[in-house]
Amino acid sequence: MENLIILHILLVFMIIGAIITIEIRNMLSAVIAVGAVGFMLSVQFLFLGAPDIAITQVIVEILSLIILIRATINVDNVAIERKEEIIFSNRITLIFIGVILIFAWTAFHALPTFGEPSMRVSQFYLIHGLQEVGATNFVTSVILDFRAYDTFGEAVVLFTSISGAFAILRRWKKEQHKDFLRIDREH
Amino acid sequence: MTLYMLNFSLMMVGMYALIVKRHIVKKILGIAIMEYAVNHFLILIGFKKAGVAPILTKDMDLATFIQTAVDPLPQALVLTSIVIGLGTLALMVAIAIRLYERYGTFDMHEINRLRG
Repeated sequence: MENLIILHILLVFMIIGAIITIEIRNMLSAVIAVGAVGFMLSVQFLFLGAPDIAITQVIVEILSLIILIRATINVDNVAIERKEEIIFSNRITLIFIGVILIFAWTAFHALPTFGEPSMRVSQFYLIHGLQEVGATNFVTSVILDFRAYDTFGEAVVLFTSISGAFAILRRWKKEQHKDFLRIDREH
Repeated sequence: MTLYMLNFSLMMVGMYALIVKRHIVKKILGIAIMEYAVNHFLILIGFKKAGVAPILTKDMDLATFIQTAVDPLPQALVLTSIVIGLGTLALMVAIAIRLYERYGTFDMHEINRLRG
């Protein structure tokens, strides 16, 4: 039961960190606050019996922190806000989020109750995994053997997105082209 | 149940940032928060009370292990989802940096106005 109390406390702190992230004006502080949310998520994975995911989350969190700091350093660091429009759209968005939360409260009754998962598929993996694959870590036996095609698809998506990022950030040699565009905009 | 609701309100905080904020990096941070919430929700669904991690050690026997281990399937899928999240985050940040170099601002409304 102590486990569950720790989970609740960590989730409340994650929500507070997320609110700080989206309301603080300095962008560098916002990026660091979202890093704090990610590390708390990794601690939660440890308590939920998922050590592999906790390790992966820490590594990915550090890398994404570096990428986001690269985006926000050396540029204007202050968030843009204009008062008149924002109050109106804020209220409408908050009302709709409240309605969605009420509907979610009724929808969550249809899920299996917390702590008693329906393991119709996973039961098979747990029973036959040791003989068929031979790995004692069942998570790796699922990603690398039973569901290897999913992992292959993930590798394809990862390669596509990283090569897309490189293609966007690459310095093209055609500086003339850029000059043409600038002249076009001036006239 | 309260854990599910707290998790969903975390996701709604990310949704709020995505809709209301004008700074493009804040929108990216909102997407990152929503991604955290979804991953955490999938792991919550697979959790079993007083469960152990799905790793078999020498001092356990298989029958009690099957009864007590948490669900390994959502863990495997979330593992791939986290890594995909890093790739898409890198792509979004690259587009944001390019937009800043081109227009000199991160404000979405300004970028819309400056088009053409």
